[in-house]
Amino acid sequence: MSLISTLARLEAVESGRAQPMTTVLHRHLTDRPLVLVPLTTAGEAGAPLGALVGTDRDSPRLLAVSQPRDRDLRFAFLAELAEAVLPHIEAYEDVVEPTERNETDPETGKKVKVEVELCADAPQLIVPSRAGIDFVRLLGRSMRFRRTAEDDPDTPYPAPARVPLLGRWLTHYGERARVPGSSLLLATTDLLNRHWATGQSSLEDQHLGALLAWIAAPAGESGARAALRAELERDGEGQLLCPPAGPATDPAFDNRLLAPAIEKYDRARTSLAAAEDGLAADARLAELTAAERDIRALLAGIMRPTWDAVWRGLDLLKELPEGSRAEDRWTRDRWSFTGHRDRVRSGEPPQPRRDDAVTAAQKLASRETAQAQLEAQEALDDPLVLAGRRLAGEAFVGDVTGVVMAYSESKRPSPRPLVTVRTDERPHLGERTKVYRSLDGRPQTAEFVEYAAEPEDGDAPLLVLRITDRMGRSKEPAPGSVPEPGDRIAWTLFEHDQRGGPKLPDPEETPWTHGGPPGATAGQAERPDPVTAEDLL
Amino acid sequence: MDKAALATALGSPAPFGQSQFAFVRGNAFEAKVKADGGTELMRLLHERLGGGAEAPREVLVPDLTAAGPEGRAARTALALREATEAGGWALLDHPMLALEVAGSPTYLEPDAVAVHPDGTWTVVEIKSFPMIDGSADAAKVGAAARQSAVYVLALERIAELTEGVEVGHRVLLVCPKDFSNLPTASVVDVRKQRAVTRRQLARLTRIEDIAAALPEGTTFDPECSPQQLDAAVESVGATYAPECLAACELAFHCRAKARAAGAVEALGRSVRGELGGLTTVGAVLAAAAGKEGDPADPTVVALRRAAALRAEALEGSAACR
Amino acid sequence: MTAVFDPGAQAARATDAILADTLSGTSRGIVVDSPPGAGKSTLVVRAALELAAAGHPLMVVAQTNAQVDDLVVRLAEKDPGLPVGRLHSNDSDPYDKVLDGLANVRKSAKASDLAGLDVVISTAAKWAHVKNVEPWGHAIVDEAYQMRSDALLAVAGLFERALFVGDPGQLDPFSIVGADQWAGLSYDPSASAVSTLLAHNPQLPQHRLPVSWRLPASAAPLVSDAFYPYTPFRSGTDHGDRRLSFGVASDGSAPDRVLDEAAESGWGLLELPARHTPRTDPEAVRAVALVVRRLLDRGGAATSERSPDPVPVTADRVAVGTAHRDQAAAVRAALAELGVTGVAVDTANRLQGREFDVTVVLHPLSGRPDATAFHLETGRLCVLASRHRHACIVVCRAGVAELLDEHPSTEPVQLGVMVKFPDGWEANHAVLAHLGEHRVRWEA
Repeated sequence: MSLISTLARLEAVESGRAQPMTTVLHRHLTDRPLVLVPLTTAGEAGAPLGALVGTDRDSPRLLAVSQPRDRDLRFAFLAELAEAVLPHIEAYEDVVEPTERNETDPETGKKVKVEVELCADAPQLIVPSRAGIDFVRLLGRSMRFRRTAEDDPDTPYPAPARVPLLGRWLTHYGERARVPGSSLLLATTDLLNRHWATGQSSLEDQHLGALLAWIAAPAGESGARAALRAELERDGEGQLLCPPAGPATDPAFDNRLLAPAIEKYDRARTSLAAAEDGLAADARLAELTAAERDIRALLAGIMRPTWDAVWRGLDLLKELPEGSRAEDRWTRDRWSFTGHRDRVRSGEPPQPRRDDAVTAAQKLASRETAQAQLEAQEALDDPLVLAGRRLAGEAFVGDVTGVVMAYSESKRPSPRPLVTVRTDERPHLGERTKVYRSLDGRPQTAEFVEYAAEPEDGDAPLLVLRITDRMGRSKEPAPGSVPEPGDRIAWTLFEHDQRGGPKLPDPEETPWTHGGPPGATAGQAERPDPVTAEDLL
Repeated sequence: MDKAALATALGSPAPFGQSQFAFVRGNAFEAKVKADGGTELMRLLHERLGGGAEAPREVLVPDLTAAGPEGRAARTALALREATEAGGWALLDHPMLALEVAGSPTYLEPDAVAVHPDGTWTVVEIKSFPMIDGSADAAKVGAAARQSAVYVLALERIAELTEGVEVGHRVLLVCPKDFSNLPTASVVDVRKQRAVTRRQLARLTRIEDIAAALPEGTTFDPECSPQQLDAAVESVGATYAPECLAACELAFHCRAKARAAGAVEALGRSVRGELGGLTTVGAVLAAAAGKEGDPADPTVVALRRAAALRAEALEGSAACR
Repeated sequence: MTAVFDPGAQAARATDAILADTLSGTSRGIVVDSPPGAGKSTLVVRAALELAAAGHPLMVVAQTNAQVDDLVVRLAEKDPGLPVGRLHSNDSDPYDKVLDGLANVRKSAKASDLAGLDVVISTAAKWAHVKNVEPWGHAIVDEAYQMRSDALLAVAGLFERALFVGDPGQLDPFSIVGADQWAGLSYDPSASAVSTLLAHNPQLPQHRLPVSWRLPASAAPLVSDAFYPYTPFRSGTDHGDRRLSFGVASDGSAPDRVLDEAAESGWGLLELPARHTPRTDPEAVRAVALVVRRLLDRGGAATSERSPDPVPVTADRVAVGTAHRDQAAAVRAALAELGVTGVAVDTANRLQGREFDVTVVLHPLSGRPDATAFHLETGRLCVLASRHRHACIVVCRAGVAELLDEHPSTEPVQLGVMVKFPDGWEANHAVLAHLGEHRVRWEA
């Protein structure tokens, strides 16, 4: 952890309030996010228990599973989830703007501009915690290989119609969430932790209730106290007043409330099945309905505080102005969304279980680029983030004290002005280290020449930089392209833009070191997961 | 000692416990894996670790019942030797192993130990977390590997006294496959964990030494007053770190103590890394503010620069081109 | 077979087998594991020369520009007439100016300019941009354990077959983002090139250079046991073959006593009183600088198999190793204050592959309140403890063993990932226990 964020945490301890880590919002938040609060059954891999989902903070849609080990009920839940999520996604698919993209012409090998569609906006999905993102991924994995009756009339346990499609979208969102700086799928705790430092550890910061307690502590109460209450306070029945943000539930809830309710439901179902006449069946159906209602009420009761906390967190975040380069990253998210829309529409099979060698390498390379890009953009957008880089010697702010015109030693000399900068910071500069400043939103490069003669006693050291680009083509630099004495400028040792990596071979040309070409199975849809005969998880 | 009861008596009850759903599911899965004389388990074992040996058809499943842990451990050792001499496949269901920890015997109960015809003994761990597409939660696998390494060490004590035996350093981890309740297995190499555990055991303070160092009359009886207990707990040295919260019933108690003392570790171990000799929140902030601290100390210098840069950025005076 | 161990003969046998496989074997790949100082560079140069001489033009892939330039210089030294191409980037100053003085070395940023030369050398990063060329029949991939799998994927199409050489004990490659989702896959892009290569081609011949010519007899067993437990090696020299002596007698101070201990035994631990300190612990930094200063002042001289007469241990034969860059900077400043120049002071990452007579190491865990995965990384300690020909002196605060005990190893385990190396926690304990036998306490 950088010393600046450590200091922020310590200030939070002392003041009893979370302290800012940024001055702007570094993730794009849409006006109409879809919030999803999922719950899962303890000990089961793919057995959802319930969810709150929707775009209206005042009326979430409640989804509940009365017996999570029952396949039919599980499918019903997933079908309902598809009904809640897919229309929201599809609403963005056809609102497009025309744009151009560089593509390589397969015949000539030349770069050509191609007219393509780009979705004007993309649906954003917000979950409470990082575990929620993992769960989205897990749901995606459990659904995308399912077969519907339409896919395969002989499949023994057909999935509801739209479930595999939801699986593909959730998989896409889960994968996109691994890209640094992306905003298609975000966890509220990650968002809050990026922007505030609390007086507790990063481990405790994963508790949404405790985190919010620090950021928006009730008047008259310290964040520490409020957080402790969120962590531990229980009612007379031993239930947490601030239930875990999921998808895992509190064992005390499972054991004392949920298990008896499910038992009651199971009993009602058994007795309904055993009913011998209509009258008895009616009475027993009423019992079953009541048991179902009880479970829904229980689940709603423990999910609602989390639902409200997510919206509360979004409110707090929206009070920050958005960093100017966040929009640029959101555009990439829109490309990502549009790309997946196109893959689904063109009838491509679902994403494979595991990436092939080339795809894995491509993803890693693009994420490393995105990470470097994110770090640079956040620092350029936000003086508080830049402060951390300055402390680390990766950037510095200095006052220009003099400019001497100089030229390169070539046939057509270009301007290479020498700029003297006064700074008391200690950047890691070596001979010809490159530094960059932002000029009209684009980087200008300079290189470190030397430390100027010893400054007067007590003054900050002087260093000399040589500007090497962005001054135009003529002998005289373009107006405004060379710093002037008196300018106060932030220089970075890191690049502002990232070059993409080398082009990798096509998957069909995977070299022998990496297993060779994929062979005949390539491009075919993967087989669905085998279904267990009893399938009682 | 019951740390959960102690924590409750101290006023910081621990939020631990296991969901009965997870408990039931775990037991059901283990029973399924071992059903039918361990046929499925031995099939998985042979598939993953069989070497060239013939597939197990007849599997010896010795009876391990005996009185008390000592008796069961002795029975297990005997069964292992007999099975090895018999030269076939054998499955020991819930054997009992003894290992000396800090000078006292500790009894361990692995899920199963398999004996191969060539005299290899393999530890089998059955867990209820899933293996999805061949991968599983790395933290959980790590914990299972450390647990298995202890069993391997305990088995090695018995193997020392038995001829023609090799304790496998690759253990069999059995988990549910994907989203089903079908078992699948993966081989985990525990050489690292074994080496670490062996050194830890050698370095572990003997329990008697801890007890001898305590003031006379120290008691951890939950019936005592919180003040008495507090003093007792205090007398046992322990360093709180946030990681404790997930592992120890007394962590909330220790956290309250650490916070009250202003200890920077309460914010995480990594926080302390750059703070050098400064150990309290007050001391760090005073040093950053220029009120305290040796200006020649690199920590103090760095803190003051950090504080100045942070303040400048927050005031917005860093406006520059 | 004789009972006497003849390291020269054993190493020669290994080298011959490697060259035979390289020149006339049928496998597409050959892997050579080389422990510290086992003659990896010599092997690479020799294999390149022999391939070229046999009429097989080849490409060489190294990981850094410094490694590439170093190989070019070594090739030119061995065979000044050999046509060598140095493929370089488009950046300013893309290669060492020394290369301009070599008559038969052609430099270009375009692979096509270098076509037809016997040997063409570049970094993996630059090779990855080379497209549309006729593949080479042969390649040598140097420092293959420090190369990432995805970097190999990008260049493997450029050659038919290759010799992969590297040290499995040094620092592993890393990525700046999480790559857990691919852990356990044979082609995990963040894993080392060698692990992917072997996962897909387990039948490839694997060789090992069995003898370290750098590490003295006092160091090889410790480094081998602690860092290469499953692939042991030994020292090419015996106890007594190497000697470190001083012209000036000890003044009884702690730095002098630890120097004497290290001269005698090959190892020295200068232990400062236990204290939690900032990374740039001023006392420890000063202690490191003092040890270096005294080593030079006392006229250290090394006797070895290389020359019968003692050779002065000059500043360029001494290195200081640290874990962090700011520590290296602090040591440099402290040395400058003591008037010492010319000593290499760097982090483990930058000392990889280099060799000195004496090294002084600031222990990665010295004064730390916590032991993070970074500080426990086996490769880091291995690099720091295996750069010396004569002696290694470690400067450390007391209490590291207790610190390790407080941070038991709880590494996560990914299914399907091969265990290649000992645990950092365990290796640290092993090294510390050994150093404890050569301890000199600092008295202020």
